Amino acid sequence: MSKIGEVVQRARAAFNLGKTRPLQFRIQQLEALRRMIKEHEKDIAGALTADLHRNEWNAYYEEVVYVLEEIEHVIKKLPEWAADEPAEKTPQTQQDECYIHSEPLGVVLIIGTWNCPFTVTVQPMVGAIAAGNAVVIKPSELSENMANLLATVIPQYLDRDLYPVINGGISETTEVLKERFDHILYTGNTAVGKIIMMAAAKHLTPVTLELGGKNPCYVDKDCDLDVACRRIAWGKFMNSGQTCVAPDYILCDPSIQNQIVEKLKKSLKEFYGEDAKKSRDYGRIINSRHFQRVMGLMEGQKVAYGGTGDAATRYIAPTILTDVDPQSQVMQEEIFGPVMPIVCVRSLEEAIQFINQREKPLALYVFSLNDKVIKKMISETSSGGVTANDVVVHNSVHSLPYGGVGNSGMGSYHGKKSFETFSHRRSCLVRPLLNDESLKARYPPSLAKMTRH
Amino acid sequence: MDPFADTLRRLREAFSAGRTRPSEFRAAQLRGLGRFLQEHKQLLQEALAQDLHKQEHSQPTPASGPLHMLCTLPGRFCLQSAFESEVSEISITQSEINLALRNLRAWMKDEKVPKNLATQLDSAFIRKEPFGLVLVIAPWNYPVNLTLVPLVGALAAGNCVVLKPSEFSRSTEKVLAEVLPRYLDQSCFAVVLGGPQEMGQLLEHKFDYIFFTGSPWVGRIVMSAAAKHLTPVTLELGGKNPCYVDDDCDPQTVANRLAWFRYFNTGQTCVAPDYVLCSPDTQERLLPALQSAITRFYGEDPRSSPNLGRIISDKHFQRLRGLLGCGRVAIGGQSDESERYIAPTVLVDVEETEPVMQEEIFGPILPIVNVRSLDEAIDFINRREKPLALYAFSNSKQVVKRVLAQTSSGSFCGNDGFMHLTLASLPFGGVGASGMGSYHGKFSFDTFSHHRACLLRCPRMEKIYSIRYPPYSPRKLRVLLMAMEARGCSCTLL
Repeated sequence: MSKIGEVVQRARAAFNLGKTRPLQFRIQQLEALRRMIKEHEKDIAGALTADLHRNEWNAYYEEVVYVLEEIEHVIKKLPEWAADEPAEKTPQTQQDECYIHSEPLGVVLIIGTWNCPFTVTVQPMVGAIAAGNAVVIKPSELSENMANLLATVIPQYLDRDLYPVINGGISETTEVLKERFDHILYTGNTAVGKIIMMAAAKHLTPVTLELGGKNPCYVDKDCDLDVACRRIAWGKFMNSGQTCVAPDYILCDPSIQNQIVEKLKKSLKEFYGEDAKKSRDYGRIINSRHFQRVMGLMEGQKVAYGGTGDAATRYIAPTILTDVDPQSQVMQEEIFGPVMPIVCVRSLEEAIQFINQREKPLALYVFSLNDKVIKKMISETSSGGVTANDVVVHNSVHSLPYGGVGNSGMGSYHGKKSFETFSHRRSCLVRPLLNDESLKARYPPSLAKMTRH
Repeated sequence: MDPFADTLRRLREAFSAGRTRPSEFRAAQLRGLGRFLQEHKQLLQEALAQDLHKQEHSQPTPASGPLHMLCTLPGRFCLQSAFESEVSEISITQSEINLALRNLRAWMKDEKVPKNLATQLDSAFIRKEPFGLVLVIAPWNYPVNLTLVPLVGALAAGNCVVLKPSEFSRSTEKVLAEVLPRYLDQSCFAVVLGGPQEMGQLLEHKFDYIFFTGSPWVGRIVMSAAAKHLTPVTLELGGKNPCYVDDDCDPQTVANRLAWFRYFNTGQTCVAPDYVLCSPDTQERLLPALQSAITRFYGEDPRSSPNLGRIISDKHFQRLRGLLGCGRVAIGGQSDESERYIAPTVLVDVEETEPVMQEEIFGPILPIVNVRSLDEAIDFINRREKPLALYAFSNSKQVVKRVLAQTSSGSFCGNDGFMHLTLASLPFGGVGASGMGSYHGKFSFDTFSHHRACLLRCPRMEKIYSIRYPPYSPRKLRVLLMAMEARGCSCTLL
């Protein structure tokens, strides 16, 4: 058996021993995870700096804080979530116990990605551990420093058999996917999502796929453009645009395009200064391949701001493109970079049509002071999630499930939804084994007539 | 030639045009489905009789559905009558329709969620939206129930639906294809027919959700096909549902319940107890009790009992007849190819490696496997794939609870058979090889809906959010860290 196979078998054997069943054990592991994060804050920030040119602030604010909050929330709520949930009885089952019993699935595989390499790997772990599973973690090899850090520190704090970290590239991932898991949560792109689901199908393993898409951002004429543009600039250009819920492109009326450009520029200068390259807060593209890809998307476009890059440091300036042609390359793929195309539409209806002609995105954004506009946009489109009058933040409300639909994914997690995703909710009916008189009526041969009233 | 392209395109267009969104439309569809059931009850009963070789309704049979204790309709109290049971495939569907109609508006409502400190001024809710074009693939064993109950959920959730009934329950398939569409809006609903080849062609198309009931083997094929389009699925599969019988029990009560649930629909029920685990002592007490139950239910000559059905096809008959050679026949064992009849049978001295313990039986054969203790029974169960249902019979609640706690299965019933199916408040589905996802009642509506997270933020209050903007400073970091230390304060200061 391969080394990876052995690791997975060990996790399964440890699960089968029943170690993870008591809530106390799970809470201890979560507390250990919390300690790990607090004691290695600097290392986590350091890994993010090395991988993505993040700094201490945004390491915390955009990653660590989410996970710590999740742990806090889950520890507090676990006893409630894990308790049997009574179900409404029928007249025939009044004397019985009817409830839904939550159980762990077994061995869960979490495959992380590189853009928020800490959060997307560790936050799902929290739910999987809370639900009582063994968890095999496969961080993305592209965010190498984080992958190495996780492989080093996780075993120092958590049970080594139950929560192994497996590192490696495509061939290791392929090896891992040959093993049988009881649930796979994958964060990444659509193409690989299909491969994962195909592999899962062989074992009838349920999957949660957190994929991507082009998240539209509709800016209505009736809105506070200052606020809107500041929020959009914040969400778009954080992590140098490499956020799966970042607004991918703007849809607006041509009459406000120039204002939007000016206000975006203003916010960008406030955030990152005249030269974002010098800003400690502005990120870098993960690798050369993506750098080339994103630079390529700007070709032939009208650049209103930015448009430059430096291959040596993988820096791409915050860039705004105007009057973008919907057929052009930048509108064909998820940008995942600091390039904001603006596509003009003449009405809300046209915007809605534009959005609906495309694959369902992970997130959808609409800025308007008019509630009717917001309502219409939401009710006539579909997406994983929506934020109105802001971007990104629906992600942070742990009572809201985080997930996609259609090409942007299936299933969801965060907070209680994580617990549910990683549990089996088992229907239970427990009757007394009384004498059968009361039930005799149901047995054949059937002579009794039904009484109706 | 793609026989389905036009139909699917038509349905997609109707969905895009928003036809299925209004609650009035969905309610009208559900009412149409209800009328179909009421107006063609006899036709459906005849079809069921033909397909599963149940007798005509003038001769009472228990055949069509497992749920004649059901009667969730308010104000009705049903005593088991063969006539009523015959109708129960229909009445379970009717109950689901009624439940959906009563609750549709409530289920469709945006679900408000608790907010954290940072979002107090905002509106946070989960919006339930239809996926779009849904495919429901149904099996032959309860061809009305297992086709129409998923349909209820898919329609209630506002989807356009393609129904693919099983080609093995031919008469029911015909009624569903020819009569049902007249009761529904045909721009949003279609029935497609065919065998494995047509199914393969159908699965090449993109659907927004696929709901499949059938075998694990085909379940894998369906999920692989779905993967190509990233289509989410619910798979209601099967398995060998173990039935542990403790020494501490009344053998006749257990035998009555076991026999009833095992031989119902001639054993062709995905949640039927598949095999028994018990001690040799208990086996000795169970056997005469089982014989007594069988005789009471089906008479001295079960073959002439109007209460016992027949096997669906020659292929399954041959398969089951082969299983009769396993272990030793303790009760029954007779068969007749011309009628596809198999007697209610109990096998003993069965080895784990024999075919009857390797595949889901899906017939009127009950093997008994001996174990020496509860621990051994639990180990036996856990060495195998997770089943769709699991049963434990004991006077001791501790024993029942222990079996529950130390095993896993789609669902569990202590001291009875698949009664849990009668509660729409319990989700019905499998786990592991027995399936993924669930339905019934509100769970159906939720299964066929996308749960969209929505946050409507206040466009003002910008000052409060400004901490999140760059440039970042050590001071900002300190403020954040202090907030994180403070109890009960949301750290994600947005």
